[in-house]
Amino acid sequence: MAEPGLSVSLHQSGPIPLDVAFSCAPGEVLGLVGPSGAGKTTVLRAIAGLCRTRAGRVCVDGAVWFDSETKVFLPPHNRRVGLVFQEHALFPHLSAADNVAGALTHHPRAERRSLAMALLSRVHLDGLESRKPAELSGGQRQRVAIARALARDPQVLLLDEPFSAVDRRTRVHLQAEIVALRRDLAIPMLLVTHDVDEVARLADRLCILDQGRVCLIGRPDEVLAEPAIRALLLGDEVP
Amino acid sequence: MDWEAFKLSLLLAACTAGLLMPMGLILARWLAFHRFPGRGVLEALVMAPLVLPPTVLGFYLLSAMGGNSSLGKLWIAIFGHPLAFSFEGLVVASLIFNLPFAVQPMQRAFEALPPDVREAAWVSGLSPWRTFWRIEAPLAWPGLLSALALTFTHTMGEFGVVLMVGGSIPGETRTLALAIYDRVQAFDTDGAQLMSAILLVFSVGAILIANGLTARVGRSHG
Repeated sequence: MAEPGLSVSLHQSGPIPLDVAFSCAPGEVLGLVGPSGAGKTTVLRAIAGLCRTRAGRVCVDGAVWFDSETKVFLPPHNRRVGLVFQEHALFPHLSAADNVAGALTHHPRAERRSLAMALLSRVHLDGLESRKPAELSGGQRQRVAIARALARDPQVLLLDEPFSAVDRRTRVHLQAEIVALRRDLAIPMLLVTHDVDEVARLADRLCILDQGRVCLIGRPDEVLAEPAIRALLLGDEVP
Repeated sequence: MDWEAFKLSLLLAACTAGLLMPMGLILARWLAFHRFPGRGVLEALVMAPLVLPPTVLGFYLLSAMGGNSSLGKLWIAIFGHPLAFSFEGLVVASLIFNLPFAVQPMQRAFEALPPDVREAAWVSGLSPWRTFWRIEAPLAWPGLLSALALTFTHTMGEFGVVLMVGGSIPGETRTLALAIYDRVQAFDTDGAQLMSAILLVFSVGAILIANGLTARVGRSHG
């Protein structure tokens, strides 16, 4: 019986040192938290197949996406992964609908347009389908990026600082969007952020990273009660 | 007006652009997206025709194509005539002296693409091939267009290398630039003036069209 969810084990000494191992169950939101340079984004990139660590293993629902021992490496376009980039990374020459339809290539061509419209509607972008990214606000762009990530019918959803490029009001709306996604999707979700309060609200568990290593994994209240973790993330003094 | 030379120049420019654009595109993309040992040397070699005197480049090309060279001997064995002082020889020379004009704008255009946009295409399920056609090429289009315009117009006007490798044989290797030189040597300033004006209008027109299309692409991208 294949183990459901995501299991990750990544190890390398450089150029970005990594020594992490964790798992994330379907429907669970795991927050990856740590100071700048802790390796959070590198972990997401390795899961998506955008970089390859020297050693490690990435399994999703029992399928091996990467295994350094057996030399398995599934290229990113063959991994059903939804990745929301920090700076949206939308295709600037395509409309919002075409940005989303571009990730629907696993569906018949005739269905892509209507599926893209449905996904844009799901993130509350009705009526903005024909706008190009430059004609959208930061929050609207991030919603298109979320719709595009969902278009892939992902087995894993990776969110890399999804609220960092938007204002406070939009941030609250987008957070509600993530809560809704968590309710609707039965897939593992990894959320990278440097905002401790935000991730404590949204995540089921936290994985604290520092200098490429996992310091602690646990429920947000448990993890954030640790003085050493508070010192690392919030600058509190260790008693 | 030497229409034969004009036709030959157009044919040479079309052959050069047609062959060099796909080859230059592969090289430009490779240089833009990959880091490998010797990349700097390769870039310098691609750029060399820009700074080398055309006679020096022409001399080396002539030596490489001559009847005593390996390439020259092989060419004669296959086609029965020498490569030097032939139209085919001009095309080979033209491919080399136009390398920087084709590669440089395309390389810069690919380098200007945000890396996360390509990565977003991959994680959206687009293979590298589809990513090229649907994302990279439309975004790098102004650079590709500039490369095409520069290659075409530069071939139309090249003189030194064409003279060294082609030898100005009427109907075979005498291009418009060489015909202008011949007219000046023969004190036919009216003929030289007309052909020069045609070359000038043609070159400026090609650049204007390329710039106009580039601006249109830029506007459509928002």
